Amino acid sequence: MQLNISKTLDASGLSCPLPIVKTKKEMDGLSSGQILEIISTDPGTKNDMAAWCKRTGNELMESAEQGGKFQFYVKKS
Amino acid sequence: MKKMSIISIHGTLDMAYPPLILASVAATLDISTTIYFSFYGLNILRKDVDSLLKVSPLGNPAMPMPIPIPSIVQAFPGMTAMATSMMKSMIKKNGLATISELIAICQESGVRLIACQMAIDLFGYKKEDFINGLEYGGAATYMEDAINSDIHLAF
Repeated sequence: MQLNISKTLDASGLSCPLPIVKTKKEMDGLSSGQILEIISTDPGTKNDMAAWCKRTGNELMESAEQGGKFQFYVKKS
Repeated sequence: MKKMSIISIHGTLDMAYPPLILASVAATLDISTTIYFSFYGLNILRKDVDSLLKVSPLGNPAMPMPIPIPSIVQAFPGMTAMATSMMKSMIKKNGLATISELIAICQESGVRLIACQMAIDLFGYKKEDFINGLEYGGAATYMEDAINSDIHLAF
């Protein structure tokens, strides 16, 4: 799937709650329909991002894991 | 809008994290959050928080130590400093925010931080020792907030 990413947030090396706090900050700067790419090395972000998206109504379009890095693609509602 | 009320009454480095982490995340979920700091929890609101808060393995057998250290040795002078610097290096290595960073995130995102006036007077603290942007109040201030909250936590 080819996603049209508006912005990338590299949260590598950061631990809870920083990836989520930073995601929220970046999402605030996007318009509805834009996609934020988040890169995290914290395995906890996997469940956290899903829960955060569920609660905020933003869409977690895709997530991937590669060599200890987690990628998330979140579309702003 | 959902609301959360947290009571924070412990002033050790480890006990400072949970209320601030939960409050900062709650703010990203548009949950209106108040943390009420009383007794030793007041230390979390002091300007010198990052150097002030310590952690001790004494009375906390769950704290991971590089080698097993008997309780009697944990009471020796310098052991608290050692455990604190060990914890701080773990915090840094794992990319955790510092307490002052989390406080700043909470304040920026509108978390209400209430310092217990009674405990400030009890310990003889001065307001200038505390960060700016705090509210000061007592049990009634907390109750007024808590009674309308959906989530209640105490640390």
